[in-house]
Amino acid sequence: MTRAEDIPLRVVAVETLNDTLLRFTLARADGGELPTGAAGAHIMLAVQDGHRTHRNAYSLTGHPDDRRCYRIIVRRVAESRGGSAYLHAHVRVGDVLHAGWPVNLFPLASLARRHLLVARGIGLTPMLSFAAVLSARGAPFELHQMCRAADEAAFHALLAPYVDAGIAQVHVDPAPAFDLPALLARQPLGTHLYMCGPRRMMDDVTACARALGWPRHSPHQESFGDHSGGAPFVVRTARTGLTLPVAADQTILEALEDAGLSPACLCRGGVCGECRTTVLEGVPDHRDDVLDASERIGNRDMMICVSRARTPELLIDL
Amino acid sequence: MTIAGGADDTFRGKFSFRNSDAAIIRFPFPFHEDRYMYAVNLEPHTHAGPTDAFVRDFDVDEHYVAECRERALVLEQDPSRCRVLAHMMDAEWDTLELLMESLARDYPALFALDKDGARWRWRNRPLGIDATFTFGDPSTLPQPPFEYITRQVQGDFTLQDQRDDNIYIDGGMVTTQADWSLDFDLGMAFHEWHGPVPVAHDLGVFDRALKYLLRLQYGRPVRRLNWTMTVNPRLDTSPENYPIWGPDRATVTAGNVGERLHLRVELQTLFRLPRSNGILFGIRCYLISLNEILRVPKWRRRLHRVLRDLHPELVTYKGLSRYLPTAVAFLAAHDDGALTGPGIQPDQAAPDPL
Repeated sequence: MTRAEDIPLRVVAVETLNDTLLRFTLARADGGELPTGAAGAHIMLAVQDGHRTHRNAYSLTGHPDDRRCYRIIVRRVAESRGGSAYLHAHVRVGDVLHAGWPVNLFPLASLARRHLLVARGIGLTPMLSFAAVLSARGAPFELHQMCRAADEAAFHALLAPYVDAGIAQVHVDPAPAFDLPALLARQPLGTHLYMCGPRRMMDDVTACARALGWPRHSPHQESFGDHSGGAPFVVRTARTGLTLPVAADQTILEALEDAGLSPACLCRGGVCGECRTTVLEGVPDHRDDVLDASERIGNRDMMICVSRARTPELLIDL
Repeated sequence: MTIAGGADDTFRGKFSFRNSDAAIIRFPFPFHEDRYMYAVNLEPHTHAGPTDAFVRDFDVDEHYVAECRERALVLEQDPSRCRVLAHMMDAEWDTLELLMESLARDYPALFALDKDGARWRWRNRPLGIDATFTFGDPSTLPQPPFEYITRQVQGDFTLQDQRDDNIYIDGGMVTTQADWSLDFDLGMAFHEWHGPVPVAHDLGVFDRALKYLLRLQYGRPVRRLNWTMTVNPRLDTSPENYPIWGPDRATVTAGNVGERLHLRVELQTLFRLPRSNGILFGIRCYLISLNEILRVPKWRRRLHRVLRDLHPELVTYKGLSRYLPTAVAFLAAHDDGALTGPGIQPDQAAPDPL
């Protein structure tokens, strides 16, 4: 089990935390252990809604050594991307969903002597896995959760052991007593700051940390911003005469392979240069690390394993 | 591939090491064309590949027992060959989990892993080990978890920590190395430990490789091949022991080059580790003598052409200068000039008869 195939996940429990928050417990539908879900890791959950597939990232909230199940917390919001709304409305115990392997873009800092966790709203979810690991390890940490009054009871319940131990605090808006600059100013050297929440809150915390002289790589923040995917477009092949749609979550290379072609390729990550392909018409959206700035502007070649299109169509020399 | 047959190999002293026909034909020959230059030759480490050596996470072959014994000997003489910095304990357990699960899955006749919660039972039949321990509790193992499991696997391993947009070599088990020192490199960042490599820096190879590795994903391991040459089938060609093996380079003659000189190939694998977010780097070393190479016509022609035309700076860096002309002359006599097919696979089912 060391290859990242999609995992079928059966919903084994759904708990209502409040009127906008559900916690789903997911186990392997085919039995056996799940890949290790690290503190800070997320899964990309695929939800089939009729003929549409929603893909949303959800942080894992449990301890990595528990490989029987993953726990995620899903908020239903008015402007929700379809997946969360669908999970709330239609997904029940026994249903089977699919997810890729856990991806960790928000890892614990290995050299930190102390961990300071600051979150707002649903940004709590990765902090729950941090808290589980750090407390099991006996590592010093402190958690501050900001929220609206409507979420206070639910978040209090999730954090109860840490609140009781004096490690976590829930600050309900407008929370005049929560003094962020004072909190950041009193941390000892070697403290690592993690934050997760709305963009504005993270900008505020970052600005505050910068003003106090925190180092460049701390604070660090949760971000689901991988660079894969984008708007769909059409690729045409000059020599083989194919016209192929490239879906939002597909690469040109994958579209060509699905059509039966086997273009040269190696790394599939935009670094080796093996899949370099000549562009005859259209403008590529370069996302590789092979071409330099002048080559990109020259608009002659592209790496079809990662790069996409700025124009509705591309004609490539294949 | 069975592991029987090579248990009595030695990699020092009288050097009884040899490859069976099965081991020759599955050898990970490193050249896909008749010339060689550095490239970011990383590719997904899928359960497929040009020879049988590529198709499992961690290859176990006929030299397994002998290589584990050789590792124990090196460690006995020099315990500093296994070092892990204190902040890498999560990565140590990640490594033990990955290796035990992969070996038990890929070689059920040789290894077994049974779990009852955190109580794990590990059986290694070739080495006669049957151990029960608590995952996450180092006091239940005879050695720290990384050392414990890498003593039971062929090939070297290093542990990389990822932080501040770089990776740092913060641990390793290194007893079968091609002239580099873990003790010297420990704690270095990616460009620092690659500092001595010629030419490749100017090609931008390391800048691109680092970007790729920073994005390496759990469950999507990658691999590459590297190579050099070694006189005698000696695994431990370490800087620490240079006085022992360095003089071997002066012993190669036209009469013994086929037997003594070995192509040394590293099948390097990179795995993202989950708990630590570190990277496990496997450096699995394979040795094959020129006489054994002669038995695969495609490989003997290609090796001749690669060595004949090798960039002078690479000749120096790889330490081949002293015996390269002897090796090229030897191989030239076995190169009929025929075209070689693409790819690294041998293009035949068994080596030519002796």
